[in-house]
Amino acid sequence: MNTPMKIHPKKLLMIIAEAALERQLVADVKRLGANGYTVIDVRGGGARGDRGADWDADRSIQMEVICDDAVATRIAEHVYSSYFENYAVTVCVTDVGVLRQEKF
Amino acid sequence: MDPVVYFFVLGFVARLLRSDLKLPGVLYESLTIYLLLAIGIKGGVELASHVYGAIAIQALIVVAMGAALPLIAFPLLRYIGRFDTHNAGAIAAHYGSVSVVTFAVGVAYLAKRGVEYESYMPLFVALLEAPGIIVGVILGRMSERGREMNWAALMREILLGKSIVLLLGGLAIGWLAGPAAIAPVKLFFFDLFKGALCLFLLEMGLIVASRIGDLRKAGIFLTGFGVLMPLLAGSAGALVGTLMGLSVGGTTLLATLAASASYIAAPAAVRIALPQANPGLSLAAALGITFPFNITLGISLYHAIAQFLHA
Repeated sequence: MNTPMKIHPKKLLMIIAEAALERQLVADVKRLGANGYTVIDVRGGGARGDRGADWDADRSIQMEVICDDAVATRIAEHVYSSYFENYAVTVCVTDVGVLRQEKF
Repeated sequence: MDPVVYFFVLGFVARLLRSDLKLPGVLYESLTIYLLLAIGIKGGVELASHVYGAIAIQALIVVAMGAALPLIAFPLLRYIGRFDTHNAGAIAAHYGSVSVVTFAVGVAYLAKRGVEYESYMPLFVALLEAPGIIVGVILGRMSERGREMNWAALMREILLGKSIVLLLGGLAIGWLAGPAAIAPVKLFFFDLFKGALCLFLLEMGLIVASRIGDLRKAGIFLTGFGVLMPLLAGSAGALVGTLMGLSVGGTTLLATLAASASYIAAPAAVRIALPQANPGLSLAAALGITFPFNITLGISLYHAIAQFLHA
């Protein structure tokens, strides 16, 4: 590790969705160019009611993908056109810095 | 009423009174896995000592019954309830499939009264999971001529869902191992079963009470449907059971299965296959009305119908 550490700008795409979509979303983000992803079990509520995560049909996930701007836009557009109409889904994008930019 | 039902009532009342009682989600999932597997293994062990030809014919009849149930539910929902095709299909899929826990409560009901039943009934539970969902989804997608459906993914979702995998897996394990080899796990899977069922029903009580709001939104028709549909389907199931030569106990259980609505396999599959359908409606009916109705009153009614048909 002789090269000095540098922080590179990337996008953090966050998708909060019904757990029923997890398998599809994982396939989607891989296909659309993400190199990695993280999924967390979460609970919460919103326009489509409270999702307490007590049991299967009530579980929600939060998926996080760190990627470049183009991939984040592509995934966000896909989620927007495929899932927003019928599912409880939230998407947001923020700026983050990473140390190893070739990983994302 | 079997004492297991008291646990459901406890959970229900606790949530209504806003108690902080909450079972961890992983416990719900663990109990589901345990109950499915235990029911499968028990049926499999018994299956080892039966004539397969006769069971195969009964199995075919049972699958046909499962596929026919949504055909009763769908027109009621579509033309009397005025639901759109997606919602009518989605609700019909839930009612075509079965509730394993309702079946387990039915078994407890019969055991308490010393009523014998065909011990391979768990095979029918596994067989009834899928056909109703498939037919319900087909009905729900009738208006969807243009859009392509990924049937392979849907079939995987339905047929490889945990209910079917664990029930059939348990059946296979019990059948292959036989009574002697299963004896060492008897304590865990058979003797502790009822305790696990009590805990699960406690959780079900909590879940049902927390969805009371959905019920209010669902309206009068769906509330009535949640009681009438199990009565119709239960009577049909009792008739089929009697005609195919099941005992009074077996007929009661087949009627209970026909009357029950799925809330494990169906919601997951339907959410993917019929995204336009509002999952709150199906669950309000299946979980909010039909499940409590069946475990409190329904099962004893189906038992009475079975006795009447066998008289």
